[in-house]
Amino acid sequence: MPRLGLGRRLAPYLLGLPAWAYLAVFFVIPLVAVLAVALETGNPDQGYTLTWHWSQLTSTISEYHVQFIRSFEYGAISTLIALVVSYPVAYWIAFYGGRHKSSMLLLVLLPFFVSFVIRTLTWNFILADSGFVLGTLKRWHLLSQSYHVLSTPTAVIAGLTYNALPFMVLPLYVALEQIDRRVVRAAHDLYAGQTMAFARVVVPLSAGGIFAGFLLVFVTNVGDYVNAAILGGPGTTMIGNIIQTSYLQNLDYPTASALSAWLLFSLLVAIALYARVFGTRQIQEYT
Amino acid sequence: MTTAVETAEKGALAVKPRRRWGVAALGAYTWLVILYTIAPIFVMIAYSFNQAAAGGKLTFAWLGFTTDWYVHLFDLAALTQALERSLEVASVATVGATLLGVPLALALARHRFWGKGFTDLVIFIDIAAPSIVVGASLLSLFISLDWPRGLMTIIIAHIAFDIPFVAVVVRARLEGLDRSIEKAAYDLGAGPWTAFYRVTLPLIWPGIVAGALLSFALSIDDFIITSFVAGQTLTFPLFVYGSVKVGIPPQVFAMGTLIFVGGIVLAILNALWQRRQTA
Repeated sequence: MPRLGLGRRLAPYLLGLPAWAYLAVFFVIPLVAVLAVALETGNPDQGYTLTWHWSQLTSTISEYHVQFIRSFEYGAISTLIALVVSYPVAYWIAFYGGRHKSSMLLLVLLPFFVSFVIRTLTWNFILADSGFVLGTLKRWHLLSQSYHVLSTPTAVIAGLTYNALPFMVLPLYVALEQIDRRVVRAAHDLYAGQTMAFARVVVPLSAGGIFAGFLLVFVTNVGDYVNAAILGGPGTTMIGNIIQTSYLQNLDYPTASALSAWLLFSLLVAIALYARVFGTRQIQEYT
Repeated sequence: MTTAVETAEKGALAVKPRRRWGVAALGAYTWLVILYTIAPIFVMIAYSFNQAAAGGKLTFAWLGFTTDWYVHLFDLAALTQALERSLEVASVATVGATLLGVPLALALARHRFWGKGFTDLVIFIDIAAPSIVVGASLLSLFISLDWPRGLMTIIIAHIAFDIPFVAVVVRARLEGLDRSIEKAAYDLGAGPWTAFYRVTLPLIWPGIVAGALLSFALSIDDFIITSFVAGQTLTFPLFVYGSVKVGIPPQVFAMGTLIFVGGIVLAILNALWQRRQTA
């Protein structure tokens, strides 16, 4: 290295400063400001003032606890299904994909090239009451005429799960691909059967990928409102829908901010727990 | 990146005959899931060729084949404008995020400094935070500053969520770099600027391109954050979402199909180019 002079010591600050200043103003401060707005009182016409109304936090969550819990429930279910569906796929591509590994991975990631809203919207076409799937089944009298999927929790969870698949397969694949095959072979040499080698060697070695995928998908799905808005009905409202309508239609900023603060806080607690147990380093590598 | 030797060593496990069926079943399952993942893409492409009912909106029912929507792709002024806005936002945000994110990556990969751990944490939270909270908090900021929402606020928001992705991708490239090449440049009398410009920059260029492409892709597809800070301005995803309730014009799927094809072509070109760089 050349001179370790003042220039070199200042370099990281000069390099990082523009991005830092930008993120401070347009990311960190707004996140803190959310909490401040959550403590304001007033109404849309006369505006809101900061009155340190702490009880607003508890009153909002008790008012919307149903949607709040539902979001975590849908988020957890869709993440688990996505994990169970994706793991064998990532495993097969990583271990048996051979020459076609990259092409198969590209196929799984293909949905990324279609707008998220359009992707969700097409499930509307696929699952419609008179659409290709249900319409055909009904014509063959395999389903009752009144059977429907759209507007049910099933439709919302299916949409969330579908959108999660590429996000789940990718980190799982990265983790599984890095496993040295000799370690698996060593397990066989030590008389571990297929199941034993898989459960005691492969799965633990891919733990980083599992939790990277879990976090990416869980956080996205708990805070999502597009799937519930497009595929759901009145009984599937998630906390994201409440935040969105409070903010953009009811102009009830304190309620929306209080709910955002709750959502962020709950998810950060979940992330902090995982980070403590598994280390954030691995998670960052995959994001 | 693994070398050829490592890949050979890690190569597919030898399959015993009695396990072949299991492997084959797993392979079939994988293809089924892949089919399921890309099914909506086929639906989008198919419906982009579907004739529309009298109102000019798409129906769930198949009314017959037509290429009208590609011929009249730009007939809907609002939709065309929304697409232009999306391209504009994604381009400007990508340039902005790259200009800010690359130096940040250099600072993180090459230097120890006060506040580094905190910077890592902020980058992590920016990537991990749910979009809805990021969008809502930015809207709070713009409301309290009394800034009118529109194109400007959308671009500001997009740069904010793109920076960490550029920084993470470029940093990974920097950390994978052999530093002795840079040291050799210094030994040969290059100053810090020359060494950076002539040695480091060309070496991390593929990382910068990858980071920029990622940020472009994230920007052009973002819906949730944009929906908060857009005001009356419509981007392509916002237009599509808005049209769900009033009926979807068929051009939406035609444009979606063209964006899809364009994205694939870009990805393939980038892969070929990266391969040439490393070869």
